[in-house]
Amino acid sequence: MSDRLPGAVRPLVAFPTLLRQNGFAVAPEQTTSFLQAVDLLGPRSVEHLRKAAVATLAPHPEQRERFDALFDMHFLGALAEGGEEEWAPDEDVSVQEDSGTREVLIGEEVNESGRAATEAEALSARRLAEPDDTDTLRRFARDLPDALPRRRGYRRARSRRGATVDLAGSLRAAIRHDGEVMSLKRLRRTTRPRPLLLLIDVSGSMKERTDAHLALAHTIVHAAPRVEVFTLGTRLTRVTRALRRRNRHQALAEAAGLVADWDGGTRIGDALAAFLSVPRYATFVRGAVVVLLSDGLERGDPAALITAVHRLAARAHRIDWLSPLAGDPEFRPETQVLRAVRPYIDSLADGSTTARACRHILSIGRTRAA
Amino acid sequence: MALRTTVAGISSPEALAEALRSAMYLADDGIATAGYLALALGKPLLLEGAPGVGKTEAAKALSGILGRQLIRLQCFEGIDAAAALYEWNYPRQMLAIRQAKEDQSIDIYRDDFLIERPMLTALRRPESTVLLIDEIDRSDHEFEAFLLEFLSDFSISIPERGTLRAAERPVVVLTSNRTRELHEALRRRCVYHYIAYPEPEREAQIIMMRSSAVAESTARAIVAAIGRLRQEPLAKPPGVAEAVDWAEAATALAQGGAPWPEAFRRALGAAIKDEEDMAHLRPRFASFIPGFAA
Repeated sequence: MSDRLPGAVRPLVAFPTLLRQNGFAVAPEQTTSFLQAVDLLGPRSVEHLRKAAVATLAPHPEQRERFDALFDMHFLGALAEGGEEEWAPDEDVSVQEDSGTREVLIGEEVNESGRAATEAEALSARRLAEPDDTDTLRRFARDLPDALPRRRGYRRARSRRGATVDLAGSLRAAIRHDGEVMSLKRLRRTTRPRPLLLLIDVSGSMKERTDAHLALAHTIVHAAPRVEVFTLGTRLTRVTRALRRRNRHQALAEAAGLVADWDGGTRIGDALAAFLSVPRYATFVRGAVVVLLSDGLERGDPAALITAVHRLAARAHRIDWLSPLAGDPEFRPETQVLRAVRPYIDSLADGSTTARACRHILSIGRTRAA
Repeated sequence: MALRTTVAGISSPEALAEALRSAMYLADDGIATAGYLALALGKPLLLEGAPGVGKTEAAKALSGILGRQLIRLQCFEGIDAAAALYEWNYPRQMLAIRQAKEDQSIDIYRDDFLIERPMLTALRRPESTVLLIDEIDRSDHEFEAFLLEFLSDFSISIPERGTLRAAERPVVVLTSNRTRELHEALRRRCVYHYIAYPEPEREAQIIMMRSSAVAESTARAIVAAIGRLRQEPLAKPPGVAEAVDWAEAATALAQGGAPWPEAFRRALGAAIKDEEDMAHLRPRFASFIPGFAA
């Protein structure tokens, strides 16, 4: 293809490069497919070009808006807005995907206290300072894979005693003995680690801990196989994909850019309800270990929080509530919310320092679920 | 690489959309383009979308218009090569060994001891099959990694037999409900399309096409109601399949003599299948069921 009109092809090849510079993952073979697709469809119009690009370069649905903006900028010379949305404070908890936005209405009744919390909502971008828990986190990352609670999986492995007969293995053994079956080999079901769901409260009252919590989340995302991380405040933001960047500094910076409700009001109940009403997110909870990092100081409707935790508990394997307040020896879980929620959660533990939070998370696999 | 521009008489996305329509599948621009590109480039087609938007239907329609047999591989957690690719018929092998005479050698890795599973079938007869790997997100990472080899060069290795390569690139459709994210390596081997809920006009047409008993006015009312339902915070928002079921169920009840708003309400179970969702909707019936008075 390159022997024909390289000049005309150049902008086409440059587009995947532009995407890569903007954080899209595009493989060289996808560029090739893109060029072939353009050739096939015939560049009859820009829309054909766009369709070819979407089909072959495969942007995630949440990235689509940004993808289109970059496409327009590149091929139509439109001014790039880069998909950065203006955030207007509104009365509903909105759900934010890693790249791109999605609003989920959480019902028309907004309670008075919720409204008050909304008014206090301070949307601000913030730089995350790198916390000084590097050593703790490194040790935590090493120990975590073995410490996660496990459940019975559907894969089988050879074992001396097991429920099913390993036909392939028995046959292979029999061949060695001229077709005489001396003993049956057996298989048992293996276990696999449960998924982990981390819900981080980023409201004003948790201000001192959020940086450390995100660093902890970053460590967990890289140490455990199936992890999802969301931040809760007045909004719900999924930060899992941002935290997948290996470099902690970059990952935290990207996550910080996504979360729009740093240190704002506290409406965890509504944020959790919004979380559960997105079916795709709700499936993350099934059979998972849910770790909620929050002080439980709810300014919205306590009933919403209680219902949400109840619904979480019905789906999750267990819920661990880590509160920074629990570090205080005087701490009594006597607030209305905590008392009502207590029957649904498996443990309410001390999350006042990273080391203590780490220790608790490592201990989850050892305790038996209630 | 020379590109095939015409596959099975289909030479453009528009032609594919037209053919799919004759197979009772209304395709939008995006899926027609992605489908055509997948056929022409010989790449697998990855369809993602919420449950019930017609991902599996698309694969069925595609196999229909190509006149090929659809081989469906339903994924589940723990699916492995023995379920997806091939398995040896161990009892028969064992019997053959036992029955063989003393000095007679026997090949227990012959074809008649091999049990074909969907992926091997598609590989052996690529010209007459469409392979549907359904709900890939249900499988685990091990299986996804295993698929990579298959999807990149359409060859598989059976240790006892050597490597098997497809004579031509088979048509493969993968679907995912996005309950988890697929590995980037898998995504980039495929032509990708995200199926969103269809716009109201097309959804009404789909309902009428799928079920000839449903009147146009019913279809439109259902589509409007379904659109409103999808705005509600439901655990299971109704998909296109549910819309069709609801329309059919309501039509059946109305033909049995029930008045319309009542028929819509009583048939709602065809669209909403979660008690919590139903409890949420019960006080709101009037807002989406046309003519319903609380």
